[in-house]
Amino acid sequence: MSGFEATAGRGDPNPIGYNRESGHRPHTAEHAAAGGVASKRIVVGYGFWIFLLSDIIMFSAFFATYAVLVGQTAGGPNGRELFDLRNTGIETACLLLSSFACGLASIGAQAHRGSWFYGAMAATFILGAAFIGLEVQEFVGLVARGAGPTRSAFLSAFFTLVGCHGLHVTAGLLWLLTMMAQVFAKGYRADILRRVLCFGLFWHFLDIVWVALFSMVYLMGATI
Amino acid sequence: MSHSEQERDRRPGYERLDGHEAVEGIGSYLIGLGLATLLTIVSFFVARTTLVWQPSIPVALAVLAIAQMGVHLVFFLHITTGPDNVNNVMALAFGVLIVLLLITGSLWIMAHMNQNMMPMDQIMQMQR
Repeated sequence: MSGFEATAGRGDPNPIGYNRESGHRPHTAEHAAAGGVASKRIVVGYGFWIFLLSDIIMFSAFFATYAVLVGQTAGGPNGRELFDLRNTGIETACLLLSSFACGLASIGAQAHRGSWFYGAMAATFILGAAFIGLEVQEFVGLVARGAGPTRSAFLSAFFTLVGCHGLHVTAGLLWLLTMMAQVFAKGYRADILRRVLCFGLFWHFLDIVWVALFSMVYLMGATI
Repeated sequence: MSHSEQERDRRPGYERLDGHEAVEGIGSYLIGLGLATLLTIVSFFVARTTLVWQPSIPVALAVLAIAQMGVHLVFFLHITTGPDNVNNVMALAFGVLIVLLLITGSLWIMAHMNQNMMPMDQIMQMQR
């Protein structure tokens, strides 16, 4: 084991995901030959993290568009008149609790505990679906009041930004169902567990984007 | 269990969690949930309150939002300063740089263009 540590120390001090703790565990030949390269789980997580960061950059472009256009209401309603903070509060609670449930589900999957995993995933789905339901209700209400995306540049930017997040959550819900089906059909295989890990990262990431959304769009819009 | 399966299960990252590790994991999520709930409630309170100086509210909201994103990153996404996380943190730092450039750059440039632009009623008159 000491030989392994020495070779790992001489080269790149920070090979992707190199884990000093796991360096003390017994290694397979395949693992040692790679010279301290990280486990596939860590590399997959890193790759998915890069994707999430690119998604964050896309969202930041929409945020910048919204921030530039927030004052351009073309004589129409502004955020203070349109936003219902009670609704936003309930949406926030739904998404935060669903993020928590998703964390429990990923622990349940790693512990190979079926009832725990399926129960937490079902809770994640119900809370996420409630979030989407509330958002669709809000959008329908806005369009019915004549404040649809065609009313002003402000509302175009608003619907693009919030709708893009809503589409991400909808895609996440479909992915969630796929993961439940895959664990049910294929069991707790290493590759399936890696997909569950990526799904968890995606779902927590959506909650981070929502934090920026409710703070910058709804709360600031309602105060300024 | 076949020999290759045993090998695979011993590789780091594939160990099945035992009860103690699972409880530890839940504890981390509970701390995250508590802190995130607290910050969310403070945000909603600050947005509606009349107790503080009004122009400071957007700054307070931005600070609270960034704090909450940090809580989510640490307790939910498990971005840490550990040795197996150096690359994740470096990628995050680069992402944050691009996001800051995009948002502040857009706002800065567009504010200047607004300033240099002829008022809309004058443009309308020229088009007549």
